[in-house]
Amino acid sequence: MTAPATLPARGLADRLTSLFWRRPTLFLSLLVTPPLLWLGVVYLGSLAALLLQSFFSIDEFSGVVKEEFTLKTYAELFRAQNLDVIIRTVVMAAAVTLACAFLAFPIAYFAARYAKGPWKAAFYLGVMLPLWSSYLVKVYAWKLILAKEGVLTWAAEGTGTTFLIDGLLAVPGFEGSSLSTSPFGTFLVFVYIWLPYMILPMQAALERVPTSMLEASADLGATRGQTFWTVILPLALPGVIAGSIFTFSLTLGDYIIPQIIGDSSRFIGLTVYQLQGTAGNTPLAAAFAVVPILIMLVYLTLAKRAGAFDAL
Amino acid sequence: MTAAVEFHDVSRHFGKVRAVDGVSLSIAEGSFFAMLGPSGSGKTTCLRLISGFEQPSAGSIRIFGDDVSNTPPHLRNVNTVFQDYALFPHLNVRDNVAYGLMVKGIPRAKRYAKADEMLALVKLDGYGDRKPAQLSGGQRQRVALARALVNEPRVLLLDEPLGALDLKLREAMQDELKALQHKLGLTFVFVTHDQHEALSMADHLAVFNEGRIAQIGTPQDIYDRPATRFVADFVGSSNILPPALTRALGGPEAWASLRPEATRLAATGPFYGQVKTLRYLGSGTRVVLEANGTEIAALVPAGQPVPAEGDMTAIEFDPTALHLMGGA
Repeated sequence: MTAPATLPARGLADRLTSLFWRRPTLFLSLLVTPPLLWLGVVYLGSLAALLLQSFFSIDEFSGVVKEEFTLKTYAELFRAQNLDVIIRTVVMAAAVTLACAFLAFPIAYFAARYAKGPWKAAFYLGVMLPLWSSYLVKVYAWKLILAKEGVLTWAAEGTGTTFLIDGLLAVPGFEGSSLSTSPFGTFLVFVYIWLPYMILPMQAALERVPTSMLEASADLGATRGQTFWTVILPLALPGVIAGSIFTFSLTLGDYIIPQIIGDSSRFIGLTVYQLQGTAGNTPLAAAFAVVPILIMLVYLTLAKRAGAFDAL
Repeated sequence: MTAAVEFHDVSRHFGKVRAVDGVSLSIAEGSFFAMLGPSGSGKTTCLRLISGFEQPSAGSIRIFGDDVSNTPPHLRNVNTVFQDYALFPHLNVRDNVAYGLMVKGIPRAKRYAKADEMLALVKLDGYGDRKPAQLSGGQRQRVALARALVNEPRVLLLDEPLGALDLKLREAMQDELKALQHKLGLTFVFVTHDQHEALSMADHLAVFNEGRIAQIGTPQDIYDRPATRFVADFVGSSNILPPALTRALGGPEAWASLRPEATRLAATGPFYGQVKTLRYLGSGTRVVLEANGTEIAALVPAGQPVPAEGDMTAIEFDPTALHLMGGA
């Protein structure tokens, strides 16, 4: 008795597997159609609706949206008070991104190069743990930490370092009665909240740089600094860019942190929130919402031109 | 003459693992030195001790007489061809080769000229503008070689550089490496687990086993007179004879090695074996016989009569070819 050369189909699962084997495109289309519908209709559709809205304008007397094509709303973005919001938001997003990159690099480098076994687990836990608690809880916790009667002031008084906080609050642009009402507080909390989104892609990128490449660099006579600038950074750049896209765009769009912490100056997210809510000016809100998209496009184009994705 | 590389009782321990355990060796300037051994025998760690990627737990290393205990890799005039080549994927071939000159601050025009010269040396002229990903395995290997040679190192280290190439390419590269070494007169230290590669390329070789050197010598020494059973077994197709069999063949009661080429078959003789398997090699036939429960291989040159499987045949050999070995 020899075993048969082919086996009979045992049921639906076998027949489906056979069907997919004969028609690989069928399998692929079943796989990607639902997400494509989601992405295409729900996501891109709403983006298109947003874009469309931004080309409408509002009747200044009646407050009714006029559904006629106009660039008037975009022109409004260039009014001093609106331009002020855009510049403030972009400067904040850039500062947050830079700070996140500087803080994240050593952590990501340690995790990618040296952490093994339990240390690796501790790293992931440490980075992800803050993401498990509510965003609002964390922001309010920071308000308590940074407040005038907060734990930071208390610690500074205890160690006689109040002059550091006072000095910081005296810096032009950082003025406030305490860190929780200073733009510097807004910056600190942004950095804290978005840091994991910088660490994780950076770590993934650094992990892909083989040790032998760093050894080759040293072998050929490079110092640690030269190896960093000419090998590690160019190879990790796609990860740095990925991380910066997160931190930059998340800061560009956030409207909660500036409401709770800082001097209540307006950011793009907060402006959109107020314009489409209380003011009922959806066209201007839409035009404001287009700004981060344009900024990101410019940013990615510059990054591409600088060769950031060459190592991909 | 000072030796290119000297190990004095060098050990490298990783926790409890003794990767390198009390190794002493001396590599003459201008020689082609191979470190041969199975994986985990300590040969690659020895190479990394020379390049500086590992530091000895004990003992000292000298390169051209200089103690390198406190010299980091980037200050050693020694370059490495890595096993995975470790070419920089974001740089083109020319920039890869010129990297060593770039980090030394050599101006662009000068370092590119030198890089092109090196590319010509490894027969890759005209490939400078390509990215490593656009090259074949053999070409990448040559780029790695050119990159390691551009700094004009005193010693070139090669970590299983031919391991990833197919047989034909590997043989061609073996000849080329040998020719290159002759031309440059450089000291090459070559790590491999391939005994044929080590025997055919090296002037001297060290056979490693469990972190120690089992034997060091010329390829002829190692092949004809293996010091231990491990060396005989690892290096080649030599017959390893247990003490009782050596005695039955007319020698003293000790472990011995006997090369198949030195073994002949005859119609009659004092010692018989039964033919178990025959393997046709083209240049001859390898006959494996069983005698006293031990297998003995003999090489019958082409054109001579070959016995059939199961035949009883007498075994003769040149008594000087019987080489007595130490214990392990």
